[in-house]
Amino acid sequence: MKKQIQTFMRYRFLLEDLISRDLKVKYRRSVLGLVWSILNPLLMMLVVTTVFNTVLRIKIDNFPLYYLTGSLIFNFISEATSSALVSIISSAPLIKKVYVPKYIFPVEKTLFSFVNMLFSLIAVIIIMLIYGNQWHWTLLLFPVPLVYALIFAIGFGLILASINVFFRDVGHLYSVWLTAWTYLTPIIYTVDMLPGWLKNVMMINPLYHYVTYFRDLVMYGTVPGWGANLTCLAFSFGFLLLGLLVFKKTQDKFILHI
Amino acid sequence: MANAVEINQVTMRFNMSKDKVDSIKEYMIRLMKRQLFFEEFLALKDVSVTIEKGDVFGIVGLNGSGKSTLLKVISGILKPSKGSVKTYGTISPMIELGAGFDLDLTARENVFLNGSVLGYSRRQMKEKFDEIIEFAELRNFVDVAVKNYSSGMMARLGFAIATCTKPEILIVDEILSVGDFLFQEKCEKRIRDLMDGGTTVLIVSHSIEQIERLCKHVLWLDHGNMKMLGDTQTVCDAYKQITK
Repeated sequence: MKKQIQTFMRYRFLLEDLISRDLKVKYRRSVLGLVWSILNPLLMMLVVTTVFNTVLRIKIDNFPLYYLTGSLIFNFISEATSSALVSIISSAPLIKKVYVPKYIFPVEKTLFSFVNMLFSLIAVIIIMLIYGNQWHWTLLLFPVPLVYALIFAIGFGLILASINVFFRDVGHLYSVWLTAWTYLTPIIYTVDMLPGWLKNVMMINPLYHYVTYFRDLVMYGTVPGWGANLTCLAFSFGFLLLGLLVFKKTQDKFILHI
Repeated sequence: MANAVEINQVTMRFNMSKDKVDSIKEYMIRLMKRQLFFEEFLALKDVSVTIEKGDVFGIVGLNGSGKSTLLKVISGILKPSKGSVKTYGTISPMIELGAGFDLDLTARENVFLNGSVLGYSRRQMKEKFDEIIEFAELRNFVDVAVKNYSSGMMARLGFAIATCTKPEILIVDEILSVGDFLFQEKCEKRIRDLMDGGTTVLIVSHSIEQIERLCKHVLWLDHGNMKMLGDTQTVCDAYKQITK
């Protein structure tokens, strides 16, 4: 354990450097650069809101903010896990030539998506200003659900990354799953609209809990109780633990399959 | 004398199924036909070597004798199927120069990225930055994306980074053949400097003259077996006899 922490400390610069590399490469040659991380969710929100107000006519209070808070967390998880999924394979040239702790790669991709999401938070602020939403002091607790989601994403990313080394089908399957997951998470609807049995299914969707937590803080000014916190913690650390186990068990065989 | 590397009865087994099974469907089919792991290939068979600190250790052998596999096992890239490897001290592996370069980044950015791949801190790299660029002779190209470099330029930069801080163990795989002869001489001089400073060096090379010039001890591998282990002159003489 002590040795592992030492190794991690030694390689934390690599983690930082890889994240800053990803940022540089992502925004190189784009005129607006980082602004895209803010603009993108705003534009998406505009599209979805327009569709909902004119075509589907579903009534949800404060729909722009409701959508944005949901999609912010969902997009983070989806981006983080799908880039972690391919992280080991795409780092193959490096893994074959130098010894580097392999978990660096999926963890880095997840952290990179997290940084992107933090920029996108500005979009939430902008929408709150434009629509004159009420400001609650609970807003200040916003890091809590985001960190829960981050821990979950790291764990899930580790699982996906290691399975994908052995079975490339996972990549194809996962993109389908992500689409299903979008609809299984209350981003564009509220849970009240669902029939009873689906509400129960919702309970085992970790994303539902993170999104609800975040909305409670930002939109409704309430602090989720112990129950909600314990559920979130259980999902996050459950997946983290499982991820670490799966990864540790399989990592020595990666090199034979990449 | 303390040891730098202890290799204890290392066997490296590869699964040589004709084509890799990497889809679930194929896996199931093969599982049913019991064809999953049929052909094994032993790249290293029961290799045991102890390398002392400060030694310059050469590995010779024909193509496919397991030289590179052994280096990869030592540097921790491959985990041996059997046996154990212990290393004492920091390792700078030069299995391929410029592994870990991001082609879209500039030389300046890559120096720091590559430094952190090798486990150096940013401060260390900052201190060594000018020295690296000077050694690689890339002063005028510092802020050019590496993808626009020639292969020689990239190899020079890679070599300069890998040897900038004094590693305790340096692993050199067939890379002293990069660049023009002037740069090759410069590389050899740099390696000699490191050797004088007490670095343990492991060299794989097909150039027997180079091995004779640099090494103190030599291991001869043949199809994964240890054929001979001893001082440079004895092993190299025997090796040359067989090759002819």
